[in-house]
Amino acid sequence: MNWTTLPHTLSPGIVPLFAIVLTLGAYLFGVEVQKRIPNPLANPVLIAIVIIGITLRLLHLSYQDYFTGAQFIYFLLGPATVALAIPMVRALEHMRRGFWPMISALLAGSLIGLISGYAIVRLLGGSQAVALSMAPKSLTTPIAIAVSASIGGIPSLSAVLAIIGGVLVAISIDPVLRWLKIDEPSAKGLAAGTAGSGLGASRVIPQHTLSAAFAGVAIGANGILTAVLAPILAPLLKHW
Amino acid sequence: MSMIKSIFILLLCQLAGEALRAVTHIKVPGPVIGMVLLVAFYILRRREPPPALQRASDGLLSWLGLLFVPAGVGIVANLELLRSAWLPISIALIGSTFLTLVTTAWIMHRFGPRASMQNEGL
Repeated sequence: MNWTTLPHTLSPGIVPLFAIVLTLGAYLFGVEVQKRIPNPLANPVLIAIVIIGITLRLLHLSYQDYFTGAQFIYFLLGPATVALAIPMVRALEHMRRGFWPMISALLAGSLIGLISGYAIVRLLGGSQAVALSMAPKSLTTPIAIAVSASIGGIPSLSAVLAIIGGVLVAISIDPVLRWLKIDEPSAKGLAAGTAGSGLGASRVIPQHTLSAAFAGVAIGANGILTAVLAPILAPLLKHW
Repeated sequence: MSMIKSIFILLLCQLAGEALRAVTHIKVPGPVIGMVLLVAFYILRRREPPPALQRASDGLLSWLGLLFVPAGVGIVANLELLRSAWLPISIALIGSTFLTLVTTAWIMHRFGPRASMQNEGL
């Protein structure tokens, strides 16, 4: 018996169970590494993705095999997104006081993300389809896919870019904002949510209840704003 | 209020969001609509969410990174999509993400209200 076929030869329920244990174990290991190594690259999400990717390859397990178990963890993303409502309710008074700065920051971040993503790809010689796929990269993955399809991008490429962009934000938010001397929790949450959606904000959400609240606003508002703005801006960008 | 009731409320809002999305054909995902519905509910009721719901939500949110791992692993399978134009793609992704991050954070930090600086982690 080849050892790489081991998971399949055991009882049928073992592959989903293995996928769940592997995901939790890899993430917990990532958290421990993050505690010990003060480097932003020691990010638990990134570490878990790498460990699981290598393990699946070694055991000849497909992504479909993995997802039979991982879907139960993936499913919790829905109620967790709804749960962002709770820190938002706690922060209503703070949001009322900072309403116009919040709207301005959101609108500016949303437009800059959309236009600069498209423009940089084009300036460096990338195709129009790739540039249009880059435009919605800051959005939560389902909206990124929908927006990409509606403006002529490649939806699966936009999904890949949204996830990698999210990891990028999770890794860089603390050092970048420390460098800018910005430690305001509302600014951190709003910026992480606007630039990297839920995955980007997963780094700052546990840090402060205001970060969680403003990340929630940013994930929802940037998604809705870009879904409206992108189809209007796309024809203008294509002419330029 | 129990843990079960908290999970029930979160899933009910998500279900309502999915239903609204199916009926109205708007492009916003169901959980995001569910989040807006739950905020609207507590604004209209003018009261704090019950402590058990706050605990359940904070619990879910403190492990938010874990919940993105399954989708992230799926992306590794699609990495060949990047091969066609990896240089413009990586520079645009890093550059544009950085610009978005800095712009949003700077405007909010410069013009937004100050929080009390005590530690209020979840």
